[in-house]
Amino acid sequence: MPRPTSIDDRAELLRVEAVNKVFPGDVRALMGMDLTVRQGDFISLLGPSGCGKSTALRLMAGLSHPTAGRIAWAAPPARGDVGVVFQEPTLMPWATVAQNVFLPFRLEGKSYASVKDDILDALRLVGLDKFQTAYPRELSGGMKMRVSIARAMVTQPKLILMDEPFAALDEITRFKLNNDLLAMQARIGCTVIFVTHSVFESVFLSDRIIVMAARPGRVIEEVRVDAPYPRSEEFRTSADYAAHCRAASRALEHAMEAA
Amino acid sequence: MTDAPLIGPAPTPMVDAEEARRARGRRIELAARYTLPLAVMALAILAWDRIVVWNEIPHYILPSPARVWDYFTGNWSTLVDAAMLTGRITLMALAVAVLGGAGLAILFNQSRMVELSLYPYAVILQVTPVVAIAPLIFIYVESKVAGMLMCAWIVAFFPVLSSTTLGLNSVDRNLRDLFAIYGASRWQRLIHLQLPSALPYFLGGLRIAGGLSLIGAVVAELVAGTGGVGLGLAGRIQEAGYRLNIAGMFAALAMVAAMGLVIFAALSLLSHLLLRKWHESALKTES
Ligand SMILES: Nc1ncnc2c1ncn2[C@@H]1O[C@H](COP(=O)(O)OP(=O)(O)OP(=O)(O)O)[C@@H](O)[C@H]1O
Ligand SMILES: [Mg+2]
Repeated sequence: MPRPTSIDDRAELLRVEAVNKVFPGDVRALMGMDLTVRQGDFISLLGPSGCGKSTALRLMAGLSHPTAGRIAWAAPPARGDVGVVFQEPTLMPWATVAQNVFLPFRLEGKSYASVKDDILDALRLVGLDKFQTAYPRELSGGMKMRVSIARAMVTQPKLILMDEPFAALDEITRFKLNNDLLAMQARIGCTVIFVTHSVFESVFLSDRIIVMAARPGRVIEEVRVDAPYPRSEEFRTSADYAAHCRAASRALEHAMEAA
Repeated sequence: MTDAPLIGPAPTPMVDAEEARRARGRRIELAARYTLPLAVMALAILAWDRIVVWNEIPHYILPSPARVWDYFTGNWSTLVDAAMLTGRITLMALAVAVLGGAGLAILFNQSRMVELSLYPYAVILQVTPVVAIAPLIFIYVESKVAGMLMCAWIVAFFPVLSSTTLGLNSVDRNLRDLFAIYGASRWQRLIHLQLPSALPYFLGGLRIAGGLSLIGAVVAELVAGTGGVGLGLAGRIQEAGYRLNIAGMFAALAMVAAMGLVIFAALSLLSHLLLRKWHESALKTES
């Protein structure tokens, strides 16, 4: 699926409409959030701790429901249309790498043999096809995260939700995984919503940065990063990148002041 | 290791002093793990023997180790028969405790209402000493074996129940969410997520239950008295006591202790085999 150059020309995938989420004790995790997610978007949710980023992801994943407002999908998602990657790799320690990636299919009732090729493809995409029979504890932190990404991708989802997936990794591994993530998104053409605390990471990865503020959690501003994909390591050192980082930082400052 | 040809000079063994010291320490520890307890036992037996001989203690008060050994060799087949009986009760009780404990845990986990209704009674059964319950059981239960099983079950099921319950509830939250996102049914979540998560906890409870089943079997036998189904080890201890055959008591006691050890070792081995591939607790035994 080639990515249309202009963000506004893309077909709509889902819309977050005036969503509030209030937890007991009047904790206003999200107030009046609006966001239109389009097919092929790479959206980062950027903001200080407690601004409702994880809450927004959980709502979009269908893991919880808005107190007010709604999440409207253009077409209702089927099983396997949404993949998630958490901050921790969240693998089943008792299962091998291949079995972990098999999980979404297993829960759909498919046999391993019928999806073996998909699993191998996904593992190849994250560079772990040699580790099919390894157990999670035999892998490094970065490798575990790759398995987690392979599992999220293996069903060819329309939307992948990632909650600070690389926050616990060292910078070298994080840069490598950033590059690989973009390559993967280009390959399977999915939409990604990516939560991060890092201005630099959000600018490198995304074409839309949603900057949020806390107490109550809300969207402050959208920063567009119109640099073309594929983005390479050169982009990281370009003046264009620096300019976008400045813009995103400024928006983030506003968000902190607004809080 | 690859089989690529080595380039350059052959590598010198790179073992620094610290690593060598650590390796030596590990070897010593490994040897000491078995030799030290054996040495302690040898010393204790020697002291026992000397105390009996020097103080001229009569054998109906404290027999010498040699006398106990003689009793062992002389009555080996009766002792083995008794051990078989006690062992059979113990293993059956353990099996029932595992089925009952794990089954209840799964039931409690699936239905909060059932848990709220029954859990207090599980605790009551656990906190009431089995010796106090056993006489009543034998009034109402005709079959001696069934009564013994019931006693052993009462002491042994609780650790399986409580540790399995804990395990079923300690599923990683994110994994739980992941299962929800992929539309897993209750059943799928139980089979593919909760049971594997609970396995290490269950095995911990199982090891405790193994020892408790033996205790339950022995207590039940002492309460139920001998006769009917033949003598178990507890019956042997009792009977030898009536006859002031102290050597016989020691011999049967040693058999009970040995049986407890064997059960514990077997369950530990089972646990190791089931977990060694993936669980942290099995990591240390490697490398
Ligand atoms: N299940 C819950 N029950 C009660 N309060 C909650 C719950 N989940 C989140 N909150 C509260 O909602 C607010 C937003 O939380 P959320 O986890 O979405 O923030 P976040 O932006 O992801 O923060 P971080 O960057 O620290 O992960 C916080 O004040 C948090 O304490
Ligand atoms: Mg969060």
